Amino acid sequence: MGFKNAPMSTVKPVENKESLFSAEVRAEIDKAIAQYPEEWKQSAAMPALTIVQDDNCGYLTEELMDKVAAYLDMPPIAVYEVATFYSMYELKPVGKHKVCVCTNVSCMINGSDRIVDHMENKLGIKLGETTEDGKYTLKEVECLGACGGAPMFQIGNKYYENLTPELVDSILDGLE
Amino acid sequence: MANEVCLRTLGLDRPWDIDQYRSIGGYEMLKKIFSEGITPEQIIEEVKTSSLRGRGGAGFPTGLKWSFISRNAPGQKFVVCNSDEGEPGTFKDRDILRYNPHQLVEGMIIAGFAIGATRGYNYIRGEFIEPAQRFQDAIDQAREAGFLGENIFGSGFDFDLNVHLGGGAYVCGEETALLESIEGKKGQPRYKPPFPAHFGLYGCPTIINNTESLASIPMIMEKGGQWFKDLGVENSGGTKLFSISGNINNPGVFEISMGTPFFELLEMAGGMKDGRPIKAVIPGGSSSPVIPGEQMMDLTMDYDSIQGAGSMLGSGAVIVMDDTNCMVKVLERMSYFYYEESCGQCTPCREGTGWLYRVVSRIENGQGRPEDLALLDDVTEKIAGRTICALGDAAAMPVQGMLKHFRDEFEYHIEHKRCKVGS
Amino acid sequence: MSEDQTVTIEVDGRELQAQAGAMLIDVTDAAGINIPRFCYHKKLSVSANCRMCLVEVEKVWKPLPACATPVADGMKVFTRSPMALAAQKGTMEFLLINHPLDCPICDQGGECELQDVAVGYGSDVSRFVEGKRVVKDKDIGPLVATDLTRCIHCTRCVRFGAEIAGIRELGATGRGEHMTIGTYIEKSVDSELSGNIIDVCPVGSLTSKPFRFHARAWELVQRESIAPHDSVGSSVNVHVRRNEVMRVVPCDNEAVNECWISDRDRFSYTGLASEERLTRPMIKQKNGWMETSWHDALNQVAQGLKDVAGEQLGALVSPSATLEEMHLAQKLVTGLGSSNIDYRLRQGDFRGQESAYPWLGQSIEALETLNAALLIGSNVRKEQPILGHRLRKAAVAGANISFINPMELDMNYASSQLVNTPAGMVDDLAAVAKAQGASGDIIDSAEVGDAHKAVAEQLKTADNASVLLGNIAVAHPDYSLLCSLAAKVAETSGAKLGFLPEAANSTGARLAIRTDGLNATAMLEHPRKGYLLMGVEPAYDFYNPALATTAFDKAEFVVALTVFRSPTIEAAADVMLPISSFGETSGTYVNAEGTWQSFAGAVSPKGETRPAWKVLRVLGNMLDIDGFDQDSSVDVFNEVKETAGDRQPDNTVGDATDSERKVAAGGLTRIGDVPLYAIDPLVRRAAPLQQTKDAISASIRLNAREATRGGFAEGDRAVVVQDGNRAVLPIEIDPNVPDSCVRVPAGLAGTEMLGGQFGEVTLEKA
Ligand SMILES: Cc1cc2nc3c(=O)[nH]c(=O)nc-3n(C[C@H](O)[C@H](O)[C@H](O)COP(=O)(O)O)c2cc1C
Ligand code: SF4
Ligand code: FES
Repeated sequence: MGFKNAPMSTVKPVENKESLFSAEVRAEIDKAIAQYPEEWKQSAAMPALTIVQDDNCGYLTEELMDKVAAYLDMPPIAVYEVATFYSMYELKPVGKHKVCVCTNVSCMINGSDRIVDHMENKLGIKLGETTEDGKYTLKEVECLGACGGAPMFQIGNKYYENLTPELVDSILDGLE
Repeated sequence: MANEVCLRTLGLDRPWDIDQYRSIGGYEMLKKIFSEGITPEQIIEEVKTSSLRGRGGAGFPTGLKWSFISRNAPGQKFVVCNSDEGEPGTFKDRDILRYNPHQLVEGMIIAGFAIGATRGYNYIRGEFIEPAQRFQDAIDQAREAGFLGENIFGSGFDFDLNVHLGGGAYVCGEETALLESIEGKKGQPRYKPPFPAHFGLYGCPTIINNTESLASIPMIMEKGGQWFKDLGVENSGGTKLFSISGNINNPGVFEISMGTPFFELLEMAGGMKDGRPIKAVIPGGSSSPVIPGEQMMDLTMDYDSIQGAGSMLGSGAVIVMDDTNCMVKVLERMSYFYYEESCGQCTPCREGTGWLYRVVSRIENGQGRPEDLALLDDVTEKIAGRTICALGDAAAMPVQGMLKHFRDEFEYHIEHKRCKVGS
Repeated sequence: MSEDQTVTIEVDGRELQAQAGAMLIDVTDAAGINIPRFCYHKKLSVSANCRMCLVEVEKVWKPLPACATPVADGMKVFTRSPMALAAQKGTMEFLLINHPLDCPICDQGGECELQDVAVGYGSDVSRFVEGKRVVKDKDIGPLVATDLTRCIHCTRCVRFGAEIAGIRELGATGRGEHMTIGTYIEKSVDSELSGNIIDVCPVGSLTSKPFRFHARAWELVQRESIAPHDSVGSSVNVHVRRNEVMRVVPCDNEAVNECWISDRDRFSYTGLASEERLTRPMIKQKNGWMETSWHDALNQVAQGLKDVAGEQLGALVSPSATLEEMHLAQKLVTGLGSSNIDYRLRQGDFRGQESAYPWLGQSIEALETLNAALLIGSNVRKEQPILGHRLRKAAVAGANISFINPMELDMNYASSQLVNTPAGMVDDLAAVAKAQGASGDIIDSAEVGDAHKAVAEQLKTADNASVLLGNIAVAHPDYSLLCSLAAKVAETSGAKLGFLPEAANSTGARLAIRTDGLNATAMLEHPRKGYLLMGVEPAYDFYNPALATTAFDKAEFVVALTVFRSPTIEAAADVMLPISSFGETSGTYVNAEGTWQSFAGAVSPKGETRPAWKVLRVLGNMLDIDGFDQDSSVDVFNEVKETAGDRQPDNTVGDATDSERKVAAGGLTRIGDVPLYAIDPLVRRAAPLQQTKDAISASIRLNAREATRGGFAEGDRAVVVQDGNRAVLPIEIDPNVPDSCVRVPAGLAGTEMLGGQFGEVTLEKA
């Protein structure tokens, strides 16, 4: 037997897809679906998970993953595989601001340890944890492709580069 | 010579805007291809002449890659751009997306025409939300201006382009993992053969090129393959973007001619921070073996020179380290990266990267054993060349490089249970 | 590269011929050259991820995986060169670092591919001093046990699910070292073929739950046999320890079951341990059942049969009895002056027009080459899972598979399903026939819709098509009509007509049993004075259990040759003779494609049970009937061979399209299909199978519209009334059931007192 790549779609699509997500979320997912060949709806799994995650305070639940599967006519396990493979999907609740701090080589050389220590002390949490008030989550990430501005972190859409403890304070304190 | 190809728009105040791009002749080449009836074969020839080698890391000749696709085979074909930019130390493609997105769009359209593809995807790493938006805006502008869509300029050629965002997985930079990822799956590399040129995205013939490779195409077409080639040196044509970071004063992306001496690049990047001595350089992203600083100072930035020194030009990501850095700690961090990013399918990589990391980490933490260095040598040998994709090699090479050049530092760690640096 | 081009390669100095483009490992396997492997499986797609099969290929600097390297002319391969061995040993070391080294307590110990290969390629001392990975186990249902710490991530199980079972239930979630196999959320694996992941898993990560820790591989003796629960006749190996069947696994038989078996065939052996197993002859007395000796029991049976000899005797034989048993039963009945013997216990219509020797109409393998198929009254996926798998292969390759059924099926491939009431099924089939240009009584008046046209078109344009009738069709009260309509459709479209026989020997029975007396239903409708029952339970194995129960009740003498005792047998019989079960007897089955498959006993008969053929033989002697002096089942076999060995399967059926229609449209019609784990007495007693999702319990299933109409809600209890018989059962809302129908499956506890599998019913509030 040779190699396989056929979409793994469910045999019997779920009806009433309207009930799965809000109209806005559906519109966004539909836009994603339209980017791919018709029989490859499953290509929209990643964008759909992102859309749904953003719509759910930054994290995914099993129920949401099942809904994505149903919406895209995929077996749920295929969606779980995707959601657990990529590090940008969160499977547990995260804080309002997810601070993704790079600790890879260039950042490390430029003192990311100091930045991490500073944030851990400031927020009273370790990497991978969320403050009790649910405002901040600290997440260690791999190189974000901004080594020229090391040390750096990402919050939401934005990259913050050339960090110093003072800069970190002003950034974090400036968040709502 | 600097900023002549991919970063030639840097002087503009809104280089991402289509009008500004067109003001310096952008999209003219594309129109010319249609108006003058330049054939796909001619384009591929020109790219071959340019001696452009893939800028994603492997350095495979781009023209040759394109020629593998049988243009006239029926059915859908695809052009895929690799903007995953995951190799630690690399941050050049982000600048192309931010400051010259239209040139990439134009390059992808030309590539599509050259291989007979009507669809393209740009796979952009998921964290690049703003750069991806820039690129998406460029697509929209190009579509509005008629450069994308059906029957472009009455040529009968259709081409459309979409963005696919990654989800935070380094391995998706590997071309077939990237395809799997667009197909809505885990990014696990495919075994090759079959190569993407025959069995690529959705099983269709596909070419995959790095952002920089594709963004170079319009200039190659405009000024000629020979012109591009002459910008560089033998075997390494053209200019190249170098992302330089580390203990230097002015890190950033520099587009310079291939063959430029490393010390000149270092000078452009403002020299060593605090004037400290240069200890080591990782010349081509974290997967390339480290080169001792003094040796690096004698090298030029091109494929042959770096390879001659036992490393790789890779993605052109130069990480410069001064004497305050402990090589064991640096290697520990890099090994952790490969351990964390292994996709998990191949036994040697899945099991081996974790083993490497644990042993290096043990050494760093003062629990190394005398036999550990031999063990590391052996484990890397058992990973390299034995996995489906090159992530296995990428994990093995930095270890091999470090042990080759800085073995004494590791031995010191094992023997004294502490770091040599600063002692 | 042309596919049929032959190339010459050299492996370890040996020259081999191969098809260009074939994978190296297939070529070396065929040549008997062993290359170690874990992820490669001949029936699954290539994943090339375990890296165990690395070999050296001349002029290539790195070792290549044999499972994913296509051969090319002149290629020189070294499977045991220093480079190849280093690579293989390297992989082995990696596999072992995180694998527990406690083979003695692992259930796979002794039959573990990892263990086997480690002996050849592993090193003795582990250099891995870090802690090993531990993975939490998951409950994936009653059939398969997990011990995921042992998983080597070969992904065979995942590919099996996606590619063979056709439902993605298992996956590999997480990344890198954290990748784990499982269902992610706690959920059972429900495929009817799920047990095959036990065989597919090379290590002790997925093992048989019922078998778990019951025996060690090396204590087991392996005996070949034939699976007894459907007409596939899968080749199996019965694993025996100290005269006990410990488990059943598939035996490679490419033409029949490839290397798979259904869960039903794999786990039914657990029913052998049922407490209801009858191990000694028993006689009914005024104050209850009494154990007795064979001598006394047989004497009583001989006397009883003599008393009812002649046409007052009827014999009802399980279609999963062996050819030998059926042959002797026929002889005995004839010898007693009766012509009444039948095995078509669940057939709903006997108005003739049946074919002389119905069969699949093609080989089992040929099913996968079909371009189009129309299945009538069949849930092939659950009724004959292996045939379902073959059809799925055809579908995946692009065949159009359509169904005409009284309920929508849960399919594992895309198909078109015409769902209609039992009466409507006849209309649908007639419409397809009409769309195809056939004519005849019902055909001419049929209303043709787009769906019928589409099916007709597919059958007509396909160069390889088949029209197949399944279990539901057989039980249909208008089976004769369905048969002759199907024949018309086949004829006009050039498709092959085939039957998907229900039981292990439904096909063979035709050779051994002459059905020229009263048929199964007639024997009950016109009660006989005496009955001989073999391998059947009155309440569950008949088309109309109420009718059967009453008939046996009234009879003067009933003898039951049975593996189990149960209240319904005890109510019916006067004497119970304990017969040997699956695995304990020798005999022959003729499978759906007409292949005669003989098997020997794997263990000796349990307790005082005797193989049914021996019981019949002795009875023949005691009754002084000629021709009962065989010494072995082989002697009996030779007799059958002599009389019927030359008969060729034949699906010709006559035209019955003008027959009266038995199921009327309107009212509420019962759909009484037999669920896959209710099919025969052994399966009904296999506890692990009875815990699966497919083991549904008796209920009244109807769609929401029908429920609203009757004023019922999910979970309500209601009375279903059929022919004046009543059963109180819970209501289940099931969108798969069409309007005007209620699905009340047969063969399940709670349905004993109902009438025919199909027929008019009413619902009342309980
Ligand atoms: C583990 C791994 C990661 C990679 N990451 C990237 C990447 O981020 N960007 C990229 O362009 N190429 C990356 N590559 C190289 C690609 O596989 C591929 O060679 C390249 O995209 C081809 O384009 P080019 O010929 O233009 O260089 C990676 C390769 C490997 C093995
Ligand atoms: S559970 Fe078994 S079959 Fe599945 S991946 Fe693990 S070792 Fe392979
Ligand atoms: S058997 Fe070939 S890589 Fe697994």
